Amino acid sequence: MTDWESVIGLEVHAQLATSSKIFSGASTAYGSEPNTQACTVDLGFPGVLPVLNAEVVKMAIKFGVAIGAKICSHSVFERKNYFYPDLPKGYQISQFELPIVGTGSLEITAEEGAKKTIGITRAHLEEDAGKSLHDEFVDQTGIDLNRAGTPLLEIVSEPDMRSAKEAVAYARKIHSLVRYLEICDGNMQEGSFRCDANVSVRPVGQKELGTRTELKNINSFRFLERAINHEIQRQIDLIEGGGKVVLETRLYDSSKDETRSMRSKEEANDYRYFPDPDLLPVAVDEADIEAIRASLPELPDEKRRRYLDTLKLSEYNAELLSSNRDTAVYFEQALSRAPELKDQIVNWILGDLSAALNRNEVEIQDSPVTPQMLADLLQRIADNTISGKIAKEVFEAMWRGEGSTDRIIEARGLKQITDSSEIEGLIDDVIAANPTQVEQFRAGKEKVLGFFVGQIMKQSKGKANPGQVNSMLRDKLK
Amino acid sequence: MSLKKEAVRKIAHLARLQIDESDLDRYATDLSNILTLFEQMNQVDASDIVPMAHPMDATQRLRPDEVTELDQRDKFQAIAPDVNRGLYRVPKVIE
Repeated sequence: MTDWESVIGLEVHAQLATSSKIFSGASTAYGSEPNTQACTVDLGFPGVLPVLNAEVVKMAIKFGVAIGAKICSHSVFERKNYFYPDLPKGYQISQFELPIVGTGSLEITAEEGAKKTIGITRAHLEEDAGKSLHDEFVDQTGIDLNRAGTPLLEIVSEPDMRSAKEAVAYARKIHSLVRYLEICDGNMQEGSFRCDANVSVRPVGQKELGTRTELKNINSFRFLERAINHEIQRQIDLIEGGGKVVLETRLYDSSKDETRSMRSKEEANDYRYFPDPDLLPVAVDEADIEAIRASLPELPDEKRRRYLDTLKLSEYNAELLSSNRDTAVYFEQALSRAPELKDQIVNWILGDLSAALNRNEVEIQDSPVTPQMLADLLQRIADNTISGKIAKEVFEAMWRGEGSTDRIIEARGLKQITDSSEIEGLIDDVIAANPTQVEQFRAGKEKVLGFFVGQIMKQSKGKANPGQVNSMLRDKLK
Repeated sequence: MSLKKEAVRKIAHLARLQIDESDLDRYATDLSNILTLFEQMNQVDASDIVPMAHPMDATQRLRPDEVTELDQRDKFQAIAPDVNRGLYRVPKVIE
């Protein structure tokens, strides 16, 4: 039996979050009526000229600086020539020989927490094509060109990943980064963040790479992992069965969990790139780059390090809180309101809040319980107004929009009972009602104490302060 | 360097140009002559010359990221051969 090693490289297409297109003043808003956002430039009318969007250049540089890449001082746009109905000009304006972002790298957390550096070959700017709708009509294809001309940053990795898990870790890292940089909304369902995977296998120890296939049409991280694993197995089975892998593009079908051949690449690959005579080289000077570098926000890796070193969070919690920008923002807002409750805030965000968000399919930035509300709730636990158990009830009520912590505590009468005489009354009642258990306790059966605490808490509807109940109960039972 | 007829056929196909079989020889000769000219130019030592990306010695002017185009779909679609429900219709392309 041969042991196989898989080799994976990813191409990520990140749609840049501009208002207008890369070469025209048409809107990039998602979900509008078909073809209402496609102007003469996007439609490839004769005589029109592309004019480059300044923001697109800035966003590409932001990304380049964040991955430690060299920014090309004179990058060039080229024409990539092919014919397809959703590409009106007959060529896509892209970059080839001189991309704006050169070689960089990114550190990922691979399996079992080990760090691994993944090389990024390049990142280049290009325009998106339109959309072909094959199911709208029986014998025809419908073309919507609203997406044509939307700016894309194509980020090409080195074939540095050795498993589907690593590929997903890398894709998630890029996703996290572009969201932190606010250059892409990262919405995979709407196609703003797309991954193509180049996959090949080779016997362990072999130096040269096997023939690769390119997987397209993957719109979630879960499917990315499944599609790659599926393709690795397909290639191994094929080779072990005496077959050969052919260079081709394969589409992943998530409903069937399989990949199928789309087109063989040899012919399609002949794109006859040449510099676009309509566009001059894009000049970027050191001062521009430095200004952008200075404007970068704290990035996920720096944040994680600060959470570890300054806030003393665990490695696991620091990673979870820093990898998603919106989670980090939530955490930091709650923390600024109640800095002394750091551990409680972490636990609630990763526990009850995350559970509620998942259950209701809500993103953290849209949480009905705001960071301020959560901090206030935790403060009421800390000052003994309510118990941790009651806090869960208040949280649920806040989630449903019943108002602030204090208002809910007041309206529902949830204030913790800390008045000793009131607690004493509760204890006396329970002791009087359960003489058998009193006898058992006095005979040395310590466990019965839990029974009494439970009864008293029940009588108080969870509002008695558990610490006070415990200490007073012991004295009473003696 | 001479271009074979087969190569001319392939280039024409990639550019979606319909060429008469009888013209192939002439195209092959003409294109080969151009390539020969390039070969001649390649003899010149240009190692210390920066490649030129554009004949105008200038750099790209940029525009601010603003939406300036209004919806003119009706006008564009009035001259399209086949439109339905706002979509341009083309013969079925199966991937």
